[in-house]
Amino acid sequence: MKTTEILVVGGGPAGLSAAIEAASLGCDVTLMDSDLKLGGQLIKQTHKFFGSREEFAGTRGFEIGNLLFDEVEKYKKEGKLEIFSNTTVTGYYKEDGIVSYTIGEETYDLIKPRRIVMATGAQEKRIAFRNNDLPGVYGAGAVQTLMNVYGVAPGEKVLMIGAGNIGLIVSYQLMQAGVKVAGVVEAMPRIGGYWVHAAKIRRLGVPVYLQHTITEALGDKVIEGAVIQEIDNTFNLVGEPIKVDCDTICMAIGLTPTCELLWSAGCEMKFVPQLCGYVARRDAMMRTSHPDIWVAGDAAGIEEASAAMVEGRIAGLAAAASLKPEGCQMLKDKSAEYLKRLENLRAGETGAKIRCGLEQVCCECWG
Amino acid sequence: MMNEKLFNSGILTEERQKAVIPPLDLWEKKKNGLVVIECPQQIPCNPCHDSCPTGAIMAFENIIDIPRIDYEKCTGCGRCVARCPGLACFVVDLTWGEEDEALMKLPHEMLPLPQAGDEVACLNRMGEEVHRGKVINVTEPWKDCTRVVHVSVPKDMVMTIRAIKVV
Repeated sequence: MKTTEILVVGGGPAGLSAAIEAASLGCDVTLMDSDLKLGGQLIKQTHKFFGSREEFAGTRGFEIGNLLFDEVEKYKKEGKLEIFSNTTVTGYYKEDGIVSYTIGEETYDLIKPRRIVMATGAQEKRIAFRNNDLPGVYGAGAVQTLMNVYGVAPGEKVLMIGAGNIGLIVSYQLMQAGVKVAGVVEAMPRIGGYWVHAAKIRRLGVPVYLQHTITEALGDKVIEGAVIQEIDNTFNLVGEPIKVDCDTICMAIGLTPTCELLWSAGCEMKFVPQLCGYVARRDAMMRTSHPDIWVAGDAAGIEEASAAMVEGRIAGLAAAASLKPEGCQMLKDKSAEYLKRLENLRAGETGAKIRCGLEQVCCECWG
Repeated sequence: MMNEKLFNSGILTEERQKAVIPPLDLWEKKKNGLVVIECPQQIPCNPCHDSCPTGAIMAFENIIDIPRIDYEKCTGCGRCVARCPGLACFVVDLTWGEEDEALMKLPHEMLPLPQAGDEVACLNRMGEEVHRGKVINVTEPWKDCTRVVHVSVPKDMVMTIRAIKVV
């Protein structure tokens, strides 16, 4: 059976960062990702990132992905890092620590890693409304994939549901792709994303319907419009239904951590609303209650890519240091800096929810 | 109440003026203009400072601070305009053109690109066309596809116009 020192599950911003750090300590690393191309959500991000110079602030997301690919390439050449794309990890067997995976739809195989970093990312939430199974009702991730990875416009006029950062940013990206945005619908009395992201689309004439929800997609075989309606503070429908002209509905309701493998491994899990679902309890170095398993990125709680990259670096480094005693000093030195960067990214009012969520799942150390 | 809701949807309202406006006496004399930053929310972000070649956008004590500006040092170069991920920086040159004119340097990331000499629609914070202005220049300070469009506007509209649209 194939073996590896460190298996990284997921090749998005957190997984790539974890693999790079683990390989930098001299570990043999295997990275598996279910997509054809590595990079996770990073490769779809055409907007410039926030943060500081260390997080490549002011650089577009896909270009940050390219910087990570360069690092990955270096360790691949040195034979320290093996990449499996189009590969889905399908199970973890806690009796013997064996991991099963499929390559494409043909090959099924097993691998026995000594340590695992779970960087499986997140899944999109959906909401219920009449006709939400019509073709043309998309999640925001699918819209971004079509548009920014494959260069295909998802429609001509999109109604966006959700004014978090994803809803606001994807609206802006749609306009850049020449697609009209009919409006952004948000259930809360204020936009959830950064104010400046909203200002960008507002000044280009996109209406934002606060305290509104979608009640129906119109059309028989394709979308011919949507109905939205105002809601009150307790989310009851009030006012008259409003018909919106659109041929596509994009849902950016939110994400929930992908954590099936963590459950399979018996990691201690906790439901934390602020982190958007069940997440693994972990220490400051991202180690779960399972001594061989670390977690990073959205799988550890929904945040954004900059924080995912830093968490990935911590998890990769810590997992590697547990195999290489000589790496412990490096872990100590680097993790102090990484933790400081996380603290900065989570500072202020916009980070309050994350800080509150993390308080509920982080422990000092596993004793 | 109405203004609160507008602000919560991404529109800066007069009653909630968190845009830091340069001192008028200096502003009226400063050739090439001074920066106006509309970044009213504490977010972890500081590329405006990092991109500033003169230190006019002061160092952040804490990364979530709202930008602070030393207007004496601002040269109106527009590098922050093109760098800010939130497209929240604008340069306004009150010395430009005729008595009642001003030049605005606005961030632009949409196609088609405007050309110098074009007449473009000038939009307010709600995307309403409030003026037709002439494009004087289009630059790309960081060569990263974010353009800075220099457009002539009436002097009394510099706190109204925030975007352009090719028409």
